[in-house]
Amino acid sequence: MTPLVLSKFTATSCIGRGTEETLASIVGERTGLAPCRFETVRLDTHVGEVTDVDARGLSQEWHRYDCRNNRLAEIGLMQDGFAEAVEEAARRHGRARLGLFLGTSTAGILQTELAYRARDPVTGALPEGFDYAGTHNTFSVADYVRRRLRLEGPAVVVSCACASSAKVFGAAQRMIEARLIDAALVGGVDSLCLTTLYGFHSLQLCAAGPCRPFDVARDGISIGEAAAFALLERPSNSTTSDDVLLLGVGESNDAYHMSAPHPEGRGARLAMEAALLDAGLEPGAIDYINLHGTGTPSNDRSESHAVTSVFGASTPCSSTKGATGHALGAAGGLEAVISALALQNSLMPGGVNTEHVDETLTAHYIRHNRSAALTRVLTNSFGFGGTNCSLILGRAG
Amino acid sequence: MKIEAYVAGIGVLGPGLDGWPGSRGVLAGDRPYAPVPTVLPVPTLLSATERRRTGRVIRLALAIAAEAVAHAGLDASKLRSVFTSSTGDGQNCHELCETLAEPAPEISPTRFANSVHNAAAGYWSIATSAMQPSTVLCAFDGSFCAGLLEALVQVAVDEERILLVSYDADYPPPMFAKRPVPDAFGTALVLTPQREPGSLARLEARLCNEPFDRLTQPLEALRSSNPAARSVPLLRHLAIGAGARAVLEYLEGSSLAVDIEPCA
Repeated sequence: MTPLVLSKFTATSCIGRGTEETLASIVGERTGLAPCRFETVRLDTHVGEVTDVDARGLSQEWHRYDCRNNRLAEIGLMQDGFAEAVEEAARRHGRARLGLFLGTSTAGILQTELAYRARDPVTGALPEGFDYAGTHNTFSVADYVRRRLRLEGPAVVVSCACASSAKVFGAAQRMIEARLIDAALVGGVDSLCLTTLYGFHSLQLCAAGPCRPFDVARDGISIGEAAAFALLERPSNSTTSDDVLLLGVGESNDAYHMSAPHPEGRGARLAMEAALLDAGLEPGAIDYINLHGTGTPSNDRSESHAVTSVFGASTPCSSTKGATGHALGAAGGLEAVISALALQNSLMPGGVNTEHVDETLTAHYIRHNRSAALTRVLTNSFGFGGTNCSLILGRAG
Repeated sequence: MKIEAYVAGIGVLGPGLDGWPGSRGVLAGDRPYAPVPTVLPVPTLLSATERRRTGRVIRLALAIAAEAVAHAGLDASKLRSVFTSSTGDGQNCHELCETLAEPAPEISPTRFANSVHNAAAGYWSIATSAMQPSTVLCAFDGSFCAGLLEALVQVAVDEERILLVSYDADYPPPMFAKRPVPDAFGTALVLTPQREPGSLARLEARLCNEPFDRLTQPLEALRSSNPAARSVPLLRHLAIGAGARAVLEYLEGSSLAVDIEPCA
């Protein structure tokens, strides 16, 4: 692919609102995970909850979109001057030449879950105020962002479970390559809800304490939430050596199982190889790998196998989910932003919470931060249905 | 870059439309459209265990995908895919929400795994051993156009064959009142970068802000009632088999204009 520049990016998760707080948490090796106190849920698990998401609803003008997921999107857009950067890009390129590509797995389904508790006792009807298109539908977050930022270009939600907001980079890059658009707002927004908390619990995939990716005693995931966004454009005269470029995207399917990874990471390997091919790079050109690293025994084993088969056992890698939790459909976007921060700050984030690395996992897992000049980083996102996506980001200079 | 592709195969299933060969005459206007409830076949592609886990939407998606690939005479395992749906599995979603409204919810693991928007794409890849890239999209009532655009862009940029699968089905009550999609409808297209021996038509698309095409009744009722049926103006011209242009419903203020040029 022809490299694109991330001319602006931002992330909001349980480790911070905006890149400054996020970076400070990473530098301090802090976790944002805490015992689950979300809504009525009293499961024995930790979550990465963004504080005060529901402190304020959307303004009256946006009432029909008001739900936790769109509130989180709104908070995310307001960090780091991101919305202003989008406005400037829309003016520069034309509003119809800026595409919108967002990933989510559950959108505003929490609103529907709450509505089902408030059904009419006689007719069973949902409350009158429940707005399906504005809150429940998978597209609702893109519909909200499109109208909120007055964008007029193509818009779509990619909903491929936990690979969703990595895959948006591919969709945006192709549409820019095809010259249908000149810039793209990409990202992911996913928020806590009962479906995912009780759902992962039903599969016995939730860790009791904070998740510990690659630990010998790892026992599952901690569910998180996030809003992460990036503005993708062709590099220009204003691109500097500190800027971060999207260099490659690789996608694949396991074709194996709906909710379990292929034991040898067959699809994961294909995705990483495809990203390297797309970037025109050899495995040795990657300085650090931000793993999908969910913290379930089988996911980490499968990914370690795949990483080692492509990169050997020496490329440093870690999962940042011990800090952020697993933001599901927003994980790919969040971890792309963390990878961009790693590149700009010459910092490999250590895997927070992990105490004893499972020695049977052959990938070179790092538990603590390392200072090192980074040129290129690969980040993995894999999801239910066997969907895989790897991104390669690099410094412009 | 031209956003174009050749149609190599078509699948269609909906009320009164059972497969492409049987639907062509109706869509072309040669025979009257007589809608009857959509009958969804058992997905024989899947193992017995997996088959038991699948609901209506997965059956719909698998049926139209299989028809289009067979029509194109291609190997499904070698094809990339774009799945697109506004709703996903409405029945599964309803049953999850009912359980989650209980004081101490215990949901079924299979129901949760099937709740992802990419469930149908996952089952398709498992059924056909397709490891090629696959994506799953949603753009509410513009979902068909979003899918067609993504598929055409992939064909143009990567010069690969691709399978597009667009499908939507009804919610049960009480969701039905909030999203009244009356019945299941889906269509699938196999698109190729080059003209091939069995190519049916060449499509060329561009974004525009023209008003989208509406049809005459009763086909307009179908088009406007199911997001996947926003494809019907395109299918109609493919069925007629003459050069034409369809302007398809996409987003507010944005339509997709598709020029259709038959290969015969």
